[in-house]
Amino acid sequence: MNQRTLTVVAVLLLLACALPFLVSNYRTFQFTLVLVYAIALLGLNILTGYNGQISLGHGAFYAIGAYTAAILMDRFGVPYWATLPVAGAVCLAVGFLFGLPALRLEGLYLALATFALGVSMPQLLKYHHFEKWTGGVQGIVITKPDPPFGLPLNPDQWLYYFTLAVMVLMFVLAWNLLRGRVGRAMVAIRDHHIAAEAMGINTAMVKSLTFGVSAFYTGVAGALGAIAIQFVAPDSFNIFLSIVFLVGIAIGGLASIPGAIYGALFIQFVPNIADEISKAAPWAVFGIFMIGFVYVMPLGVNGAIRMLLARLGRKAQNNRSTAGVTRPTINSPEEV
Amino acid sequence: MKLSLLPVATLLAAALAAPSALAQKKYDPGASDKEIKIGNINPYSGPASAYGTIGKVIGAYFKKINDEGGINGRKINFISVDDGYSPPKTVEMARKLVEQDEVLVLFQPLGTPPNSAIHKYMNAKKVPQLFVATGATKWNDPMNFPWTMGWQPNYQTEGMIYAQHILKTRPNAKIGILYQNDDYGKDYVKGFKDGLGAKASMIVKEVSYEVADPTVDSQIVQLQSAGADTLFNVTTPKFAAQAIRKAYDIGWNPLHYLNQVSASVGSVLTPAGLDKSVGLISTQYFKDPTDKAWANDAAMKEWTAFMKKYYPEGNLTDAFNVYGYMVSQTLVQVLKQAGDNLTRENVMKQAASLKNFELPMFLPGIRINTSATDFAPIEQEQLIRFDGKEWVRFGEILGK
Amino acid sequence: MDALIHQVLAGLATGGIYASVALALVMIYQATHLVNFAQGELAMFCTYLAWTLINAGFGYWPAFLLTVGLAFVLGVVIERVVIRPVENSPVLAVVVVFIGLLVILNSIAVWIYTGTIKTFPSPFPTEPLFGNKFMSSHEIGAIVVTLIMLLLLYAFFRFTPLGLAMRAAAQNPASAKLVGIRVGWMLALGWGLAAAIGAVAGMMVAPIVFLEPNMMGGILLYAFAAALVGGVDSPGGAVFGGFLVGVLENVLGAFVIGNELKLAVALVLIIGVLVVKPSGFFGKVHITRV
Repeated sequence: MNQRTLTVVAVLLLLACALPFLVSNYRTFQFTLVLVYAIALLGLNILTGYNGQISLGHGAFYAIGAYTAAILMDRFGVPYWATLPVAGAVCLAVGFLFGLPALRLEGLYLALATFALGVSMPQLLKYHHFEKWTGGVQGIVITKPDPPFGLPLNPDQWLYYFTLAVMVLMFVLAWNLLRGRVGRAMVAIRDHHIAAEAMGINTAMVKSLTFGVSAFYTGVAGALGAIAIQFVAPDSFNIFLSIVFLVGIAIGGLASIPGAIYGALFIQFVPNIADEISKAAPWAVFGIFMIGFVYVMPLGVNGAIRMLLARLGRKAQNNRSTAGVTRPTINSPEEV
Repeated sequence: MKLSLLPVATLLAAALAAPSALAQKKYDPGASDKEIKIGNINPYSGPASAYGTIGKVIGAYFKKINDEGGINGRKINFISVDDGYSPPKTVEMARKLVEQDEVLVLFQPLGTPPNSAIHKYMNAKKVPQLFVATGATKWNDPMNFPWTMGWQPNYQTEGMIYAQHILKTRPNAKIGILYQNDDYGKDYVKGFKDGLGAKASMIVKEVSYEVADPTVDSQIVQLQSAGADTLFNVTTPKFAAQAIRKAYDIGWNPLHYLNQVSASVGSVLTPAGLDKSVGLISTQYFKDPTDKAWANDAAMKEWTAFMKKYYPEGNLTDAFNVYGYMVSQTLVQVLKQAGDNLTRENVMKQAASLKNFELPMFLPGIRINTSATDFAPIEQEQLIRFDGKEWVRFGEILGK
Repeated sequence: MDALIHQVLAGLATGGIYASVALALVMIYQATHLVNFAQGELAMFCTYLAWTLINAGFGYWPAFLLTVGLAFVLGVVIERVVIRPVENSPVLAVVVVFIGLLVILNSIAVWIYTGTIKTFPSPFPTEPLFGNKFMSSHEIGAIVVTLIMLLLLYAFFRFTPLGLAMRAAAQNPASAKLVGIRVGWMLALGWGLAAAIGAVAGMMVAPIVFLEPNMMGGILLYAFAAALVGGVDSPGGAVFGGFLVGVLENVLGAFVIGNELKLAVALVLIIGVLVVKPSGFFGKVHITRV
């Protein structure tokens, strides 16, 4: 990360911190959901964007995370913050185990396997033998956490900051992971798995691990989402959730960390805009938005911003070639 | 609404309440001299979008009320939003309506999971979650949730009605149950089993289906193989029609109880085949627009005229459009009774003091009664049997 | 035993539904090497077109043929207008366009035709064949239609120059271009044919499940599984996969695990098969050259 990116990130973080005092509680709640989705999308992006495995079932991991948190809070009285690592760990294990056989499958077949997971999840949650834990079709209602230490915040603001902190932590971890050895191995497998294997990368291991890590992220997001919504039910996690996640990363920008945030903004707010435009056919408007975004920005919002910056940078450099403007790095292989 | 349709008791109550209310106008957020803001959440998108028409017909009815001068001189500002039947979105939308749009009441949010998701929130905020569009029993809990009220007859009570009918008329029945694997299906089955009580062993087989299943053919075959001679059919319209047809096609002729949800001649029995539907037993509380028995009924004509004028794109064979019409009329009555005291508390109080309130589209004899301890507006239904052309009512009005 | 036979036959009837939609998926895959998520909704929409035509006074067969023609045109137009601009974008961008199409078509159908179910006529007799109580004439007829479509498709790809050109264009666009195949039009043609097959499938499915905007949602899922288990590049495999999935879910649901989890277990079994045989029962094994 160079100086300039660091400044941008710092400014954005400051803005994010100030947000709850600038907008209403309802908006704060919406932005909390954006942060939650951003974590989930980052998880999917690690798998799909960086490792090239398409998952049509990440909603299932989101659901597992959410139910883990809800069951721990509701049945065992575990404090909300302690449920996150557990939810993540459960998803890591499930993801890794699912990844082991699934990595034999490629492309479409992997998509089908994950799709099957996504489709079956609501039915598993409803299954009567699990009802004692999951609450069956009725779901589980949980309580919203109050701010600790007598902080002068309302529960919405507190939850926002809590989620923001978790998100920043998760993003930094991802950033570290992806630019390190493991990250390069993931990308190598995506770009040419045979060459990667020839170079001594244990592709099976890396792919399963990636699946686990990806599920870990999405699971933590699911837990946070459950705490924010205060309710889990099988209907919250249908196959459309998984599909929306996929739309989110494609529109945010594949294999990019900030892309997760753009994608999260899209999946949180665009359906609301669509609903305001047309009551008769809100999905039609949503679909048009989806297709429109892809037309204008085939590489996602992040790709478009990068290209724009690159163009501006080049122009600036042409204009004052002696001024020594730092040119943003683009097209480094793991980031486009 | 025509004055003549109001029962005398409510008129008197309104007349008595009016002078004092006039003296001091009281408003909560969402109400003013000019307008009453009403929020609503409906699945306009997604897999449950067939219910979206309820939100649209409610909007159309309020437009009619506004064209006729509004309620006590106030126009209704109806804000309806989409949640796609996804509980997280419902929470977000409920917060939008309550905190940003500041509606007086949240009216008719649809579906058990979406309503469960906001149950606690609405009661914590003390904003009425009024006449929710689901038949679960839990909405009738004024002690713990004084801000939530159902409207339609609940599924468990209806299940119990069928059980009692079986006990009375077919004590040796072998019962097969087909139900949708969700809260709605399970509620019916629970009521049904409670109704059978000690005789629950009469059930020889229970099978479920998922909404995503293409057909229920396999389930019907399973029930037949189990030797059932009585079928309790808890399915939504598409699957109900499939079940009726499949049972007939495989030569299985059980005594067939069909839940009220699918008791529509036009959208279930006609697709299934009227000849295949002869002998079906169900319950009903309102007039089915596709039942010829009501073709010349005054209330039916009024509804049809309303539909043509205010919701011309709406489907005249769709029972949801009658449902939305009736529930809007109930809310209008509550708001009329509230007079100029438009606080959230008073709206709940008025909703809980409907006495023998009859709607023109109700079956004769069905009434709404609520009280501070009874948050279940419609608790009456009548058994009906299909004779190949129309539903024939039989027996007394059941329930309280 | 009787119950088992009955379940298997009922499974074949629903399997026929999956098979016909799976054929459309295979068609589009043959032509474009992509799986079109909007295929089911496209078929549903075309079935509504047929319904509108029949209600406007057309006879069944004229409406049928007209709908197949319209579906073909619709497919070509969608490829030319909607898919063309993202042709060279990443795969996921194209997937987003498919999902966009899916929600648009679904939403418009609800808007125009409302969500209430509609009956769709069958061209086959209402009396069951040979007085059997297991399958209706329409179900048998629909299976026959699917098999005819399969034969036509097989012959088309195997014996006609156009079919060969289409396969070439999908498999290796660059080389195909060099030998003079107009790759762009081949894609459009593939879309048109897939839409036409989908329309036939929709018109065969609708009399069984009833016509409504979400009619294809569940079916597409099974069809997707069917196409992959049979081998996504093999029409015969797709039909076989359809029947297999239909029978499997019925037998499992009725006798082994109950209805609650039958979909989940059927899918797990399919994945199991794929792990052992990664390109499906009848799919070609692709060897990658380094």
